[in-house]
Amino acid sequence: MTLLVDQLKRGLDAPICLTWELTYACNLACVHCLSSSGQRDPAELTTDEAKHVLDQLRDLQVFYINLGGGEPMIRRDFFDIVEYSIAQGIGVKFSTNGAFIDAGKARRLATMDYLDIQISLDGTDAITNDAVRGDGSYATAIRAMDHLRDAGFGPFKISVVITRHNVDQLDEFKALADSYGAQLRVTRLRPSGRGVDSWHDLHPTNAQQVQIYHWLLAHGDNVLTGDSFFHLNALGEEPLPGLNLCGAGRVVCLIDPIGDVYACPFVIHDEFKAGNLRDEGGFAEIWKHSELFAELRQPQSAGACASCGQFDACQGGCMAAKFFTGLPLDGPDPECVRGQGELALAGIAVGSAPRPMGDHSKPVRATPVSFTRR
Amino acid sequence: MMTTDASTESLLQQGLELHPRVALRPEPFGALAYHYDTRRLVFLKHPDVVAVVRELGSHPTVAATLDACGISAQRRPAFVKALTSLLESNILKESVS
Repeated sequence: MTLLVDQLKRGLDAPICLTWELTYACNLACVHCLSSSGQRDPAELTTDEAKHVLDQLRDLQVFYINLGGGEPMIRRDFFDIVEYSIAQGIGVKFSTNGAFIDAGKARRLATMDYLDIQISLDGTDAITNDAVRGDGSYATAIRAMDHLRDAGFGPFKISVVITRHNVDQLDEFKALADSYGAQLRVTRLRPSGRGVDSWHDLHPTNAQQVQIYHWLLAHGDNVLTGDSFFHLNALGEEPLPGLNLCGAGRVVCLIDPIGDVYACPFVIHDEFKAGNLRDEGGFAEIWKHSELFAELRQPQSAGACASCGQFDACQGGCMAAKFFTGLPLDGPDPECVRGQGELALAGIAVGSAPRPMGDHSKPVRATPVSFTRR
Repeated sequence: MMTTDASTESLLQQGLELHPRVALRPEPFGALAYHYDTRRLVFLKHPDVVAVVRELGSHPTVAATLDACGISAQRRPAFVKALTSLLESNILKESVS
């Protein structure tokens, strides 16, 4: 296994797991949105450009793609893109808040092969969920799940970002998924996008991290995690299921709606931008030859963590989490289970951490001011 | 667990082929195999294993394939183990003759 992990760190000929955010437009405004979505960007890829990208991915033998956004189903050519991808032999998994899945769309989705759907849900009740994802979003997601069940879609996925407020609902999430014949997916909250401002209030406490680790050890074989909790491996002898490595630029990358390619979905910032699909050579050129990806595929220094006996287990944690909390990339993760992250964070001056770029949030509606002129 | 001599022999005499819903992608360490039905990704960690897997469908038995690929008798047990695991994960299937 170790040899394989070393190989993977040196990069693959094409990504295993490629995320493609189709649009920055979104009907919701989740406080932890990793891409600060809200408004469509005028420079988003056209249908023809999107199909050309899929041709390139087919030639690279990318097996499947993860579509997201924003809300990908807002795009009028959504089904066109999905059907074209599947026709090229590229399976599609897409993440949605469910707002655009009515009975008819659910039936259409149910007829498609090589298609997986992830419904985002961050609480097993409206109060917990809507506090993060917005008023009415719980009911919207449940309605979409009902439609998918009624249409006989099969095992869709329920995708949960674990926070301080829903960590106690893990068993309930599992029961909810089971009741729909769905599969549960839980991922780690990162201080990316709008999450940079909500992370401090939402990320699990140290005690809760221990709770997550043990829950995943007990249920991990039946629960998907996108391999996102490998920093928790420093908690015990037994590693969590999965590859347990940071795949950024090595086996993973992000294509954003305007064709910018980043090392992973959680690092929308110029520092981690490898190129743009509209540049000569397209995706293959970026994946194979960009300076950034070449650098990420070099052996990484353990830095301040070199003397910690757990480095092999946690690998220093998540690059994005460090970057957007202002920590050095060769130091501890802000959620280091040994408490090193907390100590390091204490030394970061307020406001000195890098801000995520490409903010597409909807403008905050100004509170009406009433002038009393009479 | 341990492969018994009997099960080794029976695998060697079996006809196997790549599952029709599996795609192979060459990689520096060997290949990635992706199963479109189970959505499972499997690593083939040696170029010789990849060569054998690609050839399986063209030969009546596993033994014939190993011979055709020039796999020495000494290396056979390791290949039987690898192929057994690929059969269990449905990357390979028994060929219909």
